[in-house]
Amino acid sequence: MSLMEQMHDKAMELGIPVDVHLDVTYRCNERCVHCYLDHDDHGEMTTAEIKDLLQELADISVFSVTFSGGEVFMRRDFLDLVEHARRLHFAVRIKTNGVMIRDREAERLRALAVSQIQISVYSHRPSVHDAITKLPGSWKRSIAAICFLKSHGLKVAIANVLMTANVHDHQGVQALARELGVRYNLDPTITPRMDGNTSILALRIPGHELNSVFHNEALIGNLDEFCLPPSPASADDLEEHPCSAGHSSCYVSPYGDVFPCVQFPLPSGNVRRQKFLDIWRTSRQLEEVRSIRLKDLPVCSTCSHAAVCTRCPGLAYMEGNMRGPSSADCEKSFQRTGIASANMLRKKTLAPPPSLVQIQPLSV
Amino acid sequence: MNEKYIARSSEIAARLLGGEMMIMSAVDSTFFTLNEVATMIWQAADGRTPLSEIIRQMCDHFDVEPEIARQDAEQFVTELSQHGILLVSDAPIENPVPVGTPR
Repeated sequence: MSLMEQMHDKAMELGIPVDVHLDVTYRCNERCVHCYLDHDDHGEMTTAEIKDLLQELADISVFSVTFSGGEVFMRRDFLDLVEHARRLHFAVRIKTNGVMIRDREAERLRALAVSQIQISVYSHRPSVHDAITKLPGSWKRSIAAICFLKSHGLKVAIANVLMTANVHDHQGVQALARELGVRYNLDPTITPRMDGNTSILALRIPGHELNSVFHNEALIGNLDEFCLPPSPASADDLEEHPCSAGHSSCYVSPYGDVFPCVQFPLPSGNVRRQKFLDIWRTSRQLEEVRSIRLKDLPVCSTCSHAAVCTRCPGLAYMEGNMRGPSSADCEKSFQRTGIASANMLRKKTLAPPPSLVQIQPLSV
Repeated sequence: MNEKYIARSSEIAARLLGGEMMIMSAVDSTFFTLNEVATMIWQAADGRTPLSEIIRQMCDHFDVEPEIARQDAEQFVTELSQHGILLVSDAPIENPVPVGTPR
């Protein structure tokens, strides 16, 4: 077990989170076609409120904070917030599009010893990237930001969200990341909009494309290992928690709402009305999330992929049941191994038989 | 023997969790967990208290032989300073580099 895993276990024993993902704003200078956020400001936490929250998180020994958005640099006080977090000895990670990062900002982030900066890059082709962000020139500025950050010795990662619009560009982005000397993270996850609108799910890449991504050795590494048919879940596996959301990590929105994860929109309290620790320890919603073991998932516990599935409880929740399957992850397991999930087999069985009588309009 | 002074680097993330100090170097993401004794040395590393005084406090607090405490402390300081998370000097470190100072 790594030291980081030991820390997560210890934090869970002590009843505190290790990581808190904090969106400081939903405002953004890009309008990405796949974005799930409402970019209007409905009353973001003030500088003082966020600093108070950071102090509270430090007091209970939260180790790391991920600042994200929206675009974090849309807040004029953003670097002030980062400095405050670093003075409180948090490990700080930042997710940004990089458009507003120039040499001055990069130098400041280096001085603040930020652990990692993740920048979204959708394509190695500027035109494809800019068509997704709907901000002309954004590719050029994001790549320039990566160069500024690298020149100051910061650790940078490219986040490459894959969707129909850029499905064939992941190898190009990977090569670009290599050229720039930064890490490459691919993410084929598209989530419904915050208001429940699922229209953007049409941007999810089709199964056969996912299949080719999962069988790309340059991306995956050891294909034999990655695509290995799953072994049945053991008794120990069935006692495991499905993921760290609400156990050792959580998400706080710009309005102070607490959720198990950024991808798990189950409102669990608000730091403007309650102390964070009270929410963390007494929220009924978080208690319910924590009560769930793999064995409690009616469909997934019977699935051959159960022990190794990347099932996201948040995506399952957005499908209607936090104990149910997440179809997007079923698809991933299937495309990875060629073996259908229990959920897929069940849907096939439940599909209504063709009707015996077919009524068709009379053709004249 | 020359006196040594030690100070915590500002390029780290650190948190006390259940009596043990968890430290991550922001420079190379190396992760350390310190036991109770090492945590005491870490917390005393203010740049002003001589290492010999920190060792004396260790002996008082943990009922350990001075020579063993000295060896352990020297090893600890060497190891952490190699990763840049502990600063070592022959003179008091008056102003350990504050967070946000350009490098």
